[in-house]
Amino acid sequence: MLEIKNLHARVADEGTEILRGVNLTVQDGEVAAIMGPNGSGKSTLSYILAGRDDYEVTEGDIVYNGESILEMDPAERAASGVFLAFQYPLEIPGVATMTFLKTALNAQRKARGEAELMTPEFMRRVKTLAAELKIDAEMLKRPLNVGFSGGEKKRAEILQMALLEPKLCVMDETDSGLDIDALKIVSDGVNALRSEQRSFLVITHYQRLLDYIVPDKVHVLYKGRIIKSGDKDLALTLENEGYSQIIGEAA
Amino acid sequence: MSVTELRPRTPAEAALVSLAEAAGTDEDARSAAIEALRREGLPHRRIEAWHYTDLRNLIGRRLGKATGLDAPAGSACDDDVLSPLVAGSTVVDLEAPEDTSAPDGVTITASNDLADWHESPNHLDRPLDTVRLVNAAFGARVAKVAVAANTAVAAPIELRDGIGARPHAAVAATVGTASKAVFVERIEGGGSPAPASRVSHLTIGDGATVLWIIDQAKDSDAAYLGQLNVNIGANATFKLFVLNAGGSLVRQEVHAVTAGEGSEILMRGVNLLQKDQHVDVTTTLRHTFPHTTATETFRNVVTGGHGVFQGMIKVAKDAQKTDAKMACNTLLLSEDGDFSAKPELEIFADDVQCGHGATAGAINADHLFYLMSRGIPAPQAKALLVKAFVDEMVEELEVEAAIADALTGKIDAWLDHSH
Repeated sequence: MLEIKNLHARVADEGTEILRGVNLTVQDGEVAAIMGPNGSGKSTLSYILAGRDDYEVTEGDIVYNGESILEMDPAERAASGVFLAFQYPLEIPGVATMTFLKTALNAQRKARGEAELMTPEFMRRVKTLAAELKIDAEMLKRPLNVGFSGGEKKRAEILQMALLEPKLCVMDETDSGLDIDALKIVSDGVNALRSEQRSFLVITHYQRLLDYIVPDKVHVLYKGRIIKSGDKDLALTLENEGYSQIIGEAA
Repeated sequence: MSVTELRPRTPAEAALVSLAEAAGTDEDARSAAIEALRREGLPHRRIEAWHYTDLRNLIGRRLGKATGLDAPAGSACDDDVLSPLVAGSTVVDLEAPEDTSAPDGVTITASNDLADWHESPNHLDRPLDTVRLVNAAFGARVAKVAVAANTAVAAPIELRDGIGARPHAAVAATVGTASKAVFVERIEGGGSPAPASRVSHLTIGDGATVLWIIDQAKDSDAAYLGQLNVNIGANATFKLFVLNAGGSLVRQEVHAVTAGEGSEILMRGVNLLQKDQHVDVTTTLRHTFPHTTATETFRNVVTGGHGVFQGMIKVAKDAQKTDAKMACNTLLLSEDGDFSAKPELEIFADDVQCGHGATAGAINADHLFYLMSRGIPAPQAKALLVKAFVDEMVEELEVEAAIADALTGKIDAWLDHSH
């Protein structure tokens, strides 16, 4: 599904290097967790996967389903199946949520050469998903994310993900700002999407999320490199011992 | 002879006076205005109210390049001019207002009055009023529209220039106590060498509610001077929407004054600018009674040309508890365009809430990335964000769907055309 090879990247404006040779492979259907202390480059990695042009890749490659995606813009990557669930989903005043969802879905379908979805079918899908994620229909009448609470925004991200049916879901600290009930709703939403054809890259600070979204692999990112990989037990070790032990071993 | 000519007129000013003289056969009535125009000429950048729109210079350039000055063209009339902005409106031909079949409770009559140009509502202007002076010199007669008290006028009243007539018109509208009405100023048509003009006076009775829409979509070669004067009674509501989506040289003034406590003012506007345009919106808002509120927001989309916003809020000493906010936000989509914003507050009361802000910038990169990350291609994502930026002005009006849809339809047509 995804192969990140010796990826080096820096902030485009100022040149600060953030990723310093990331190597990472995610298999089809795999849930990979990326953990790491603050400032290790986790969010940067998620932005670079989605194609944000604030960062410049200086070395290495991102190969997605056999092809490099470095030359693709964010919309092209999305149409090919990459989805980033934002840590801080943006509020966009004036853009109606339903208009946004329909525009995004049909733009992706069009890019893939599929027929546009007609409004009744679109409405049916959104309503079903919203009900599963306990999203109030009134919320969907508001402008995109405007006035949503932190938890509502995260649920709205999962709604978008479920509607757009991506192949690679990158989730940037989806647990931040969620209370335990919301965390459960969001995790159920994610787990319902798990399949042989869909992979997840779950970025988190804390092990807590991984109790609900149980990963196949856990990778530790530190100073722009993966310094340790393991199975789900690695997350528990980190929770108990902190990052310093592993950082010490890697140094 | 007591009049001293302080300086020779520029060729353009002389040409404008000639055009005014040639604008009709009723020169006697207009002679004082024509004489004042000859004497005072046009305002220039050293007159504060015209600093960003140097009319002497801009009209000079216009008349300098115009050919056939002695053949003033009538308003061009394309087919869609015939259908009103909002379906079902009462359309008033300002050249023959008495021919309108007015709805119940509304009286529409012609008069021989000219706009009174002897003083300006804007204290930053010259002692006389330029827009009204041009309007009177070119012979616009005031059409009178009166809405009786306690009358809810169902359909909007659309005020437009006479077909093929000279593009100068004047309106005096009064809305009686506790009545409701919607007016649409429809400003369309082609370029005569001299600027077209429209002067309106609106008097809103106590407890009445008025929505006034200025829909300016002049042809790309047209110059236009517009002025709306509003007097807002106690506990009355005045909503204004200004859409500038055309014209070569445009100055739209709005001068509002409260005439009682508890009045509410909501002004929204959208200026859509492209290459070769100069569009100026100048507003003054005078709070003279306690407990009045006003919000004023203009949003500008600039793909070229020059835009100007001047907004003055004046709060008199007795106008305590005034709550007035003004904003001017500009989206600069090209390096070829510019926008000048001059918000001003002048407050003499000590217990008020007033604020103003002006912003200018490009499309928000975070918003663009978010939309694109969901698969929306860049051009479509940008169009969505530009539309959102200006559509909010229509939403904030909180008017019935038919009117909101008509306005967003106009805006969309411009955006589709320019992208």
